[in-house]
Amino acid sequence: MVTEITERENLYLEAFRGFQSEASGVSWLVRLRENAMTAFQELGFPATKDEEWKYTNVAAISKGKFQPHALVAGELRSREVAAFTVPEAVDSQLVFVDGVLRTDLSSLTALSNQVVALELSEAIATERYSEIVRTHLGRGADYVAHGFTALNTAFISSGAFIYLPADISLAAPIHLLFLATGQQRANFPRVLVVAETNSSATVVESYAATGAGPYFTNAVVEIVLGEGARLEHYKVQRESAAAFHVATTVAELGANSSYDSTNITFGAQLSRNDIQVIMDHEGAECWVDGLYLVTANQHTDTHSVIDHRQPHCTSHQLYKGILDGKSRAVFNGKVFVRHDAQKTDAMQTNKNLLLSNEARVDTKPQLEILADDVKCAHGAAVGQLDPEELFYLEARGLHPELARNLLTYGFAEEVIVKIKLDSIRSQLDEAVLHRLNARLEA
Amino acid sequence: MLEIKNLHAGIDGNEILKGINLTIRKGEIHAIMGPNGSGKSTLAKVLSGHPSYEVTAGEVLYEGKNLLEMSPDERARSGVFMAFQYPIEVPGVSNAQFLRLAYNEKRKHLGEEELDPLEFKDLLKERAKVVEMDASFMTRSVNEGFSGGEKKRNEILQMAVLEPKLAILDETDSGLDIDALRIVAGGVNQLHNENNAVILVTHYQRLLDYIVPQFVHVLANGRIAKEGGKELALELEEKGYDWLKTATPETSVEARAN
Repeated sequence: MVTEITERENLYLEAFRGFQSEASGVSWLVRLRENAMTAFQELGFPATKDEEWKYTNVAAISKGKFQPHALVAGELRSREVAAFTVPEAVDSQLVFVDGVLRTDLSSLTALSNQVVALELSEAIATERYSEIVRTHLGRGADYVAHGFTALNTAFISSGAFIYLPADISLAAPIHLLFLATGQQRANFPRVLVVAETNSSATVVESYAATGAGPYFTNAVVEIVLGEGARLEHYKVQRESAAAFHVATTVAELGANSSYDSTNITFGAQLSRNDIQVIMDHEGAECWVDGLYLVTANQHTDTHSVIDHRQPHCTSHQLYKGILDGKSRAVFNGKVFVRHDAQKTDAMQTNKNLLLSNEARVDTKPQLEILADDVKCAHGAAVGQLDPEELFYLEARGLHPELARNLLTYGFAEEVIVKIKLDSIRSQLDEAVLHRLNARLEA
Repeated sequence: MLEIKNLHAGIDGNEILKGINLTIRKGEIHAIMGPNGSGKSTLAKVLSGHPSYEVTAGEVLYEGKNLLEMSPDERARSGVFMAFQYPIEVPGVSNAQFLRLAYNEKRKHLGEEELDPLEFKDLLKERAKVVEMDASFMTRSVNEGFSGGEKKRNEILQMAVLEPKLAILDETDSGLDIDALRIVAGGVNQLHNENNAVILVTHYQRLLDYIVPQFVHVLANGRIAKEGGKELALELEEKGYDWLKTATPETSVEARAN
C-alpha cells in the first residue's frame, strides 16, 4: 500500500520535473516550487489516520491517474463559457480552463486601471507587483504542513493576482471562473488577493465543468486584507459529479478590516474545503458562512479555523448542510481565542438537514478559549424536517413532496439570502430549487 | 356538509375524543367551546388530518365522502381549511409565493387553469382587504417575524384566498388584542356565506360577540356536554365551565336548539 501511494506521488514528481524545466520563473519562484515539491514528497497525500482527515478518504485522488499539465489550458470555445458567467461581471472576469488562464475568454474592461487582476506569472514578471507577490505568495497557505497545499504550490504557474490599491472601492465584482473540461487532469488553481488600506471589493470564485469525465481540482486561495479593507468573497463549487475538489482558503485580516465569505458546495463526488481566517490585528470582523447540498454518493468535508489572536475581533459562522441519498458531510469548525484576544465576539453554528435515512453527517464545532473576557457561542444540529411544519403546508393543499421541498428550500435560504449579488443569489435559488425538483414563482 | 358520528380519537394511545356527534350544514356557524383539555383542539386537528392523532372509532362524512380516508392536502384541496392556533413560519418562501402555490394546487384539483404571478397578484390585492393587510406582508416570508396578531390575520388571508367550504378556526382569538380580534372576526364575517360553514373552536365567549354562531357545542371530557344557541355561550361566560361536570351529557345531534 505504502509503495503504491509512493508510486503515485512519483508520478507527480516526474510531471514536476518536466514542468519545472519548461515553466518560466524567477529564481525565488523556482525555489518555492522546489521546496513545495520536496514537502509533498515527504507529506504525501493525507491518510485517514491523520485526525484532520479522519472521515475523508482521499485514496481515490492519490490512486487516480490525474495528469498535471500546468502550462497548457484546456480546449474550450467562448460560447461554452457563456453559461457560467455572472452578468454583473462579464467585463471583470478571468476565465481559467483546467487551471490555466485563457486571456481570450477573459475581460477586464470594467476595472479601473488602478485595480489589478493579472495572471500570477505576469504579475511576478512585472516589477511593480513582483515584490508584493513574493511577500505574500505561499506565506498564508502552509505547504510545509499540508500535502495538498504543497502539491498546488509545486505547480504554481498560472493563477490570479488581484491587487486593490489603498482607498479604491471596486463596484464591479471580479469573477474568477475555473472551468474544467474533465479529461483526467489535475488542475492547480492559485489565487492571491491583496487589498490595501480601506479598499473594498467583491470576488466571486466559481468552479464548474464542461465535460463529464473525472478530474481533480486542487485550489489554493490566499487573501491579505490591509487596515480597514473590506472583501466580500463568494465561492460557488458546482464541479461535475465525477470531480474531486480540494480547496484551501487562507485569509489574513488587517486591523478593522472585514472579510465576508460565503461558500456554496453543490458538486464533486468528493470535496474538501479548508478555510482559515487569521485575525492578528484588532477590530477585524469576519463572516464565514456556507451551504453544502449533496446527494447520491457525494462526500463533502469542511474544516475551518477562525483564529482570534488580537482583541476586539468579531467572527460569525453559519454553515448549513442538506443531505440526501447516501451522501456524507463532515463539518469541523475550530474557533481559537488566544490569550491576548480579549473582547472577542465569536459565534459559530452548523445545522444539518438529513433528507434520507442513509445520509450521514459528522459535525464537530470546537471552541478553544484562552482569554477570559470574551463572548463566544457555538452549536451544531442534525435533524429532519419538522412534521408540524410539513402538516401546516399540507393543510394548505400542498402535496407532501412539494411541502418537503419548500421547507428544505427555506432551510437553505438563510445562507443564500445574505448574498448581495443578485445574479448569484437567484442562480443559487434556482439551483437549490432544481436540486429539490421544486418550483416557486411569484 | 359535515357529519361526525361517534368519533373517538386520541394521541399516543390516550383517548381524547370519546364519541362526538355533530352535523354541520351549509351556511351555518358553529362554536365549539369547552375547558382546557376537553378535546376541542383535538377535534379541529382530527378534522384537518393531523398525522399525530389516531381515530379509533366512528366516522366523518364530508360532502358524503369519508373525510378520514383523505390525506391532509386532499382535504385542503377539497375545501377544508383549518386556521392554526400556532401558525408555522416558512423562511425563504414569500407569502405571495406560498399563497399562489396553495391557490393553484386547488385550481388544478378543480380542473381549472392556474393563475400566473400577475393575475394572482390582482386577486391577492383584492383578498388582502378582507383582513386589512398591506402589500408589504406579501413579499415577507410566510409568518416570519410576524406578531401574534399578524399571524392570525395571515391565517384569515389564506382562508380568503383559498375560499374553503368548511373553515375550522382553532383558537384564532387567543393572544389577540381587541383591534386584531375585530379585524380577524370582520374578515371571517365577510367570508362566510350561505354556501360555506364555519367552526369556531374557542375557550372564551369574547370571539362570539364578533362572529355570532347559530349553534354552540360545549365539550367536556371528550364528549359534547351541552348544546344550544348563541345564548349558551353567555351562560358559560357567567357560570364558567365547572357546572358542566355534573350536567347530563346531551350527545344527540337532534337535541340541539334550533
